Amino acid sequence: MNAIVQETMRAATISVLVENESGVLARVIGLFSGRGYNIDSLTVAPVEDDRRKSRITIVTSGTELVIQQIKAQLDRLVPVYRVSDLSAEGPHIARELALIKVIGAGEKRLEALRLADAFRARVIDATTESFIFELTGATDKLDAFLELMRPLGLAEVSRTGVAAIARGTRTI
Amino acid sequence: MNAVNTTVASGAETLLRALKAQGVEVIFGYPGGAVLPIYDAIFQQNAIRHILVRHEQAAVHAAEGYARSTGKVGVVLVTSGPGATNAVTGLVDALMDSIPVVCLTGQVPTHLIGNDAFQEADTTGITRQATKHNYLVKRSDDLARIVHEAFHVARTGRPGPVLIDLPKDILINPAPYTEAPEGPHRSYRPRTAPDLTRIAEAVSALKGAKRPIIYTGGGLINSGPESAELIVHLAKLTGAPVTSTLMGLGAFPASNPAFLGMLGMHGTYEANLAMHGCDVMLNIGARFDDRVTGRLNAFAPHSKKIHIDIDPSNINKNVVVDIAIAADATEALRALIAAWKQDNSRQDTAALAEWWRMIETWREKDSLRFTQSFEKGAIIKPQHAIRRLWEKTQGRETYVTTEVGQHQMWAAQHFRFDKPNRWMTSGGLGTMGYGLPAAMGVQIAHPDALVIDIAGEASILMNIQEMGTLAQYRLPVKVFILNNEYMGMVRQWQELLHGGRYSESYSAALPDFVRLAESFHAVGLRAESIDDLDRVIDEMLATDRPVIADIHVDRAENCFPMIPSGAAHNEMLLGPEHESSAAGITDEGLVLV
Repeated sequence: MNAIVQETMRAATISVLVENESGVLARVIGLFSGRGYNIDSLTVAPVEDDRRKSRITIVTSGTELVIQQIKAQLDRLVPVYRVSDLSAEGPHIARELALIKVIGAGEKRLEALRLADAFRARVIDATTESFIFELTGATDKLDAFLELMRPLGLAEVSRTGVAAIARGTRTI
Repeated sequence: MNAVNTTVASGAETLLRALKAQGVEVIFGYPGGAVLPIYDAIFQQNAIRHILVRHEQAAVHAAEGYARSTGKVGVVLVTSGPGATNAVTGLVDALMDSIPVVCLTGQVPTHLIGNDAFQEADTTGITRQATKHNYLVKRSDDLARIVHEAFHVARTGRPGPVLIDLPKDILINPAPYTEAPEGPHRSYRPRTAPDLTRIAEAVSALKGAKRPIIYTGGGLINSGPESAELIVHLAKLTGAPVTSTLMGLGAFPASNPAFLGMLGMHGTYEANLAMHGCDVMLNIGARFDDRVTGRLNAFAPHSKKIHIDIDPSNINKNVVVDIAIAADATEALRALIAAWKQDNSRQDTAALAEWWRMIETWREKDSLRFTQSFEKGAIIKPQHAIRRLWEKTQGRETYVTTEVGQHQMWAAQHFRFDKPNRWMTSGGLGTMGYGLPAAMGVQIAHPDALVIDIAGEASILMNIQEMGTLAQYRLPVKVFILNNEYMGMVRQWQELLHGGRYSESYSAALPDFVRLAESFHAVGLRAESIDDLDRVIDEMLATDRPVIADIHVDRAENCFPMIPSGAAHNEMLLGPEHESSAAGITDEGLVLV
């Protein structure tokens, strides 16, 4: 039978180039919720100079057949120009940004600062009792940093979700 | 009101001009405050005819009937708020059955959107998942362009419903007219030409097949009448038997000896067993719907599957196939026929002859058999009523619509279609109340044809108000009610799966359909036993006015064959006329609709 048949789940980072008009994001999200697909992360922003197109990057997961379905369903939407499964089409880079508030004093405060340095996180806000770190990196790097901050006074996190792009000269 | 600027037309006038440029001749609609400017413009022209329905849902079903019987785009005009929300059922129906419809909805003025104004609804939000695409016109400059684009989206690729939400100020203010743009759409580019390598693989598979089958669907109807000629040609070249989904009936002629009948939940014995036992299956224009496949892990288990569908997202959605071809049916058929003639390999004619011998033994089962007594006063069997109706309409140009339920399945089984665009039914959504308004739409498109709505007594009440539309426009639609005093299909499932607990499926307090017809200025006829049937059908067909024929049929009759939910094609139930086949219903089957 067809080689596609597999039951294992995989994560997929899908970039969708769309018309930048109102309702397009709602349409894409409605597609995911209507058909029961996961959205693990979603980012969207205009891409062209004249802001006529936007790029939506979605991290989703499912069996191979489900991922093929998601791509086909996205591709047939009228305002969609192109669908690119970055995780399947070759090497790619995925990055997230997080703003991380850590509240503490004394030894914990110092340790937080040392760890932030090790992760190359920037201090963008400081009071005598708190720091806000800005950290950019792959999702697992951010997850690791947050785990370390947890016992040191982690108070609040604001994450952007994943932006991704293919390596080399390949474009969407 | 502002005086219209004489150099630039109002939005409403520009709208009508764009519709006319798109070839629109008829609009089905219902007025309201938000669309008064359009109605004013309609009043002052006569290029486009408006048909006033009695409920906005009926306007959409009428547009669907119009579209399916002609291949053109059906057009709807409704007002804001409740007008638009009443249209939603029709839009989802068109989406599920891939019918090209453009639905124009009124909307409150742009500066009031979001204020909970009178008769305001978030139409674009509500219909976003009910349409192939939708638009809200926010700028007058965009109006004409959007109308042209909407028609393009509705009729190309996999056809579907498109909604345009029109705020009232856009309709009143001046709006420049622009022609339909040349060249392809910037982002929407459906693919119609088949991959010729895949076509060659498909031909190779078919040539090597010992037990081939061709499974046709609604995509052939949408592709246009040429596909109906080509499928006959391909069937002849391959020597393969042909079956059809509910939506595809008529594309391949029922009278052709290669036709096995409809397949699926209420398909024929031979169609289902041939599907189960085939070694190569060609699906062209169908989507492996669950009514057809039955239990997926037992569906055509030993076959190589070829799937031709214009919508790539249908491929590998329910059933994983071996050769996938995203293309328009007509183009794919042309390519298949050309490639078949190029390919020099020989078929295994002995195996094919054996396959047909097996099919003939299945045909001998006569799975659609029923017994009608002709004793005086005998009860009418619903299957006989349909058969008789079909026999008596031979030689006339006949279009049939149906409502939903047992009568729909019996119509599909016993009313045999030899041409496409003659059969209009709600397949994917299964909307009761579809048939009467759809028949209206068909009659408008084909004023001289015979148009029959085969209905159940429960379904017909859902849009009964459209009898008024029939009277107003003198549409001689024949409403042929198979009256068994129950929601038949629901009752059948309650009998077979819920221990005969007939919960809320009895049609209580039915109206006198004859007097109902007369109160709507139509002719009412009733057949209470077999003695009346032929006379009533003859009188109905000879009357050049709308008719309701109330045909009392056997209320205990169930629709067979039946593949219960969760069962496979070779586990179908054959009913009391035959020894019943194996399986009961599993628990998994119970949770399926």
